Amino acid sequence: MELFELTLHELLALHSNNEASSQEITNSVFMRIHQVEDDVKAFISLDEENARRKAKAADSEKWSGKIAGIPFGLKDIFCTRGLKTTCASKMLENFVPTYDSTAGARLNQAGGVLVGKLNMDEFAMGSSTEQSAFFPTHNPWDLERVPGGSSGGSAAAVAAREVPFALGTDTGGSIRQPAAFCGVVGLRPTYGRVSRWGVVAYASSLDQVGVFARDVADCALVMNLIAGRDSRDSTSLEVEVPDYTSFLDADIKGMKIACPREYFGQGVDAGIQEAVKKALHKYEEAGAIVEEVSLPHSEYALPAYYLVATAEASANLARFDGVRYGLRDDQAENVIDMFAGSRSQGFGSEVQRRIMLGTYALSSGYYDAYYLKALKVRRLIYEDFQKVFKDFDLIVAPTTPTTAFKIGEQTGDPLTLYMNDILTVPVNMAGLPGMSIPCGLLNGLPVGLQLIGKPFDEGTLIKAAYAYEEVSGTKCLKPQGVK
Amino acid sequence: MGKDYEVVIGLEVHAELKTESKIFCGCSTAFGAEPNTQVCPVCSGFPGMLPVLNEKVVDLAIITGLALNSEIPDYCKFDRKNYFYPDLPKAYQISQFDLPICKGGYLDIEIDGKKKRIGITRAHMEEDAGKLVHQGNITSTPFSLVDLNRSGVPLLEIVSEPDMRNAREARAYLEKLRAILLFAGVSDCKMQEGSLRCDANVSVRPMGETKLGTRAEIKNLNSFRSLERSIEYEARRQIEAIEDGEEIIQETRTWDEEKQATRSMRSKEEAHDYRYFPEPDLPPLRISREWVEQLRDAMPELPNQAEIRLQERFELPTYDAAILTLTPQSLAFFDKCVELYPQPKTVSNWMMGELSRLLNQNNMEISECRFGPAELARLLNLIDEGTISGKMAKAIFEEMFASGSPPDQIIKEKGMTQISDQDTLSKVIDEVIAANPAVVEDFRNGKDKALGFLVGQIMKATKGQANPGAVNSLLRERL
Repeated sequence: MELFELTLHELLALHSNNEASSQEITNSVFMRIHQVEDDVKAFISLDEENARRKAKAADSEKWSGKIAGIPFGLKDIFCTRGLKTTCASKMLENFVPTYDSTAGARLNQAGGVLVGKLNMDEFAMGSSTEQSAFFPTHNPWDLERVPGGSSGGSAAAVAAREVPFALGTDTGGSIRQPAAFCGVVGLRPTYGRVSRWGVVAYASSLDQVGVFARDVADCALVMNLIAGRDSRDSTSLEVEVPDYTSFLDADIKGMKIACPREYFGQGVDAGIQEAVKKALHKYEEAGAIVEEVSLPHSEYALPAYYLVATAEASANLARFDGVRYGLRDDQAENVIDMFAGSRSQGFGSEVQRRIMLGTYALSSGYYDAYYLKALKVRRLIYEDFQKVFKDFDLIVAPTTPTTAFKIGEQTGDPLTLYMNDILTVPVNMAGLPGMSIPCGLLNGLPVGLQLIGKPFDEGTLIKAAYAYEEVSGTKCLKPQGVK
Repeated sequence: MGKDYEVVIGLEVHAELKTESKIFCGCSTAFGAEPNTQVCPVCSGFPGMLPVLNEKVVDLAIITGLALNSEIPDYCKFDRKNYFYPDLPKAYQISQFDLPICKGGYLDIEIDGKKKRIGITRAHMEEDAGKLVHQGNITSTPFSLVDLNRSGVPLLEIVSEPDMRNAREARAYLEKLRAILLFAGVSDCKMQEGSLRCDANVSVRPMGETKLGTRAEIKNLNSFRSLERSIEYEARRQIEAIEDGEEIIQETRTWDEEKQATRSMRSKEEAHDYRYFPEPDLPPLRISREWVEQLRDAMPELPNQAEIRLQERFELPTYDAAILTLTPQSLAFFDKCVELYPQPKTVSNWMMGELSRLLNQNNMEISECRFGPAELARLLNLIDEGTISGKMAKAIFEEMFASGSPPDQIIKEKGMTQISDQDTLSKVIDEVIAANPAVVEDFRNGKDKALGFLVGQIMKATKGQANPGAVNSLLRERL
């Protein structure tokens, strides 16, 4: 077995036994990247020179920490000091931040070796990574298919064994959906669990940083490194961070699992429903109690999400005006034309669409009917979950209505594309932790099992995911689209 | 015609809060630094940056609210106010929309001895924008520069009720508000530096009408004078327009200092739709009663309290008390001076007379005065002791003001001591009497004026240093 195929915890074990040096691991990872990247196109940029330097430093113990010398990738929405951070947008094509995101910095401090920045839908707006201004990423299971999005590059890179783990962000499903499409583990923590500082904002009240890994244990390890209060992010909360690896325990006897009937409705592929039901059966076999419940306001989550998210985005993306950084229209005759020209040239069509949607939703005369109503729906969705969590430990449902679709298949119709998020957005609207783990294949493509937990109860998600992984035989699924 | 109309005025005042660092980042708020030297990725709106609220700003806002008799609600929040402008780095300003930190309140003004209460609608915290630096002529320059030193400086916007009826009241309100902010220690209130800015909402309506007329908002008022002038101009303009059968349109106007006129900036149709919505990067702010009470307990004396104290303890007239409490510096000067020279009315007269005249002449604040209250007290004591005359004191005072030297030094340097010594004076008096027999004769024949001539001669002989009281009595004795 090659080093690049190993998981984080396997690498750490080898490394601590001096069976593999950081340089060997990094070499192996870059070899793999060069081997498959032409097909997968997960990375926007690579930082090979620095990565090799850090690996060397790790071997001489100048670069130390809990994951010293282990390579990882970051979605290109995480600001990296001295390294281009593009958000897959022409607007920021040449933007080099002077600061690191808190999450990225914590991985650096733990000795991690950043190998590069991963592709995404422009400014995290999309569900297929086709909205990248540069190029689409290909699903390692079938190169003609999308990896999902918006963190498609992160999911694809982890699935294709280009990096053992990567960070992404999840605003409406942008970690869980691509994790499902690529057959990897994806965890979106509770809103406020991981600092958003230094992560370019899409929708501030929904965005959350999370993890892509090949198995649940790795996910727990990375969570241990990135979770926790950051004084620079006022929305990150002072809640004790447990040792997430202590939840890697398959004993789930008596665990109460809710299965929401609204997540098995029309539009959710029958094969996916079947796979999820099989998984639920496995949980029962392991001693969990599974009951059907109702989350009655689920159907309103998607439209409400697209109002809240776009409203916040319209303000968050207003700073890209060509004045201080980013693309500028140099031909403009005056400042207003410069604003308009820069934004028209810098933003892709989906970003422009969402900015316009959000601007409209906040406009005087429409605010109450759209934005305010969406906030009320958000409250109802939260209360739905709260009720269920009075009696249950977690909720299990499908992550996506379909498996990965073909590149180009859905680009014509934004509304169809938005439907991809229908099973993931309620978690964001309620600020809850959500996870997607592989639960088998459907026509050769991975199916995602979604676990939803109580606020700050990532531990239970990890425990339940680990228990399933132990009995399912779906751990570390190898994608068939790349050699 | 003016008599048939009533002018209605409300003011929106932006006060820069006196903090070391900005409202959402650690950058310095110091005024006058080189452009873009007090900036960081947060206050220059870089991607991924997040605001963290400076608690000192909240303290100062609460203190202001208490000083303005406002309610401080348990709960307030921040909102985003969206508009594009090159000096606004995020293209939204973090402000407070529907749940401000201070609700309601009032302050009292006094015009010609009559008290009037002006309502305060609200006060809210927000961040300042940067500023544009135009190269040469704004219309012909190919580019402008942006200075973000001011971006993120904390502001408190204080909105009054439309309770003022003329320019004088508006001025009195702004002066009183400034005094309160200065006493409370929350702002420097330097209008020239922009740490106190004022917009005026002005409308007119027929006398007796209760509905408000259409208002114009006047911007760019950077002195008390321009506030007064612009309101007078704007009221006249609106009345004339109505008289001419025109309709007043709701618009924003700017005060043109050169032309001494307001002119239209943008109409209501062109007004921004700010699309306010709750700031998701900052959790709502909960303000505990303990927090408020702690600040209330530590409140410094406010102008009203000081005014009452001056009237009650020192028996000063209302007018004196009002003037002396316009700034904490002038009150402190007065208090210290009275401590050393316990004749409050005399101190007040000197401060409101000589000192105020010289300060105004030199366009200075009392804080810039080169001598302190101890020096004034010493000067007044020297008069009482008879060392100098009142007239000499005024000359010495001017010298003190110009050089900052203490009175004793000036007296010594210029040999200005008053001569009260009987023997010395008698000698001079005898000489003058001997030299002017005719005048002496006139006086003895009942010509009182002759005495004045003789006194003048004595003063001349002593280079003005003779104690006039002593001269008078000695002279009368001799004659």
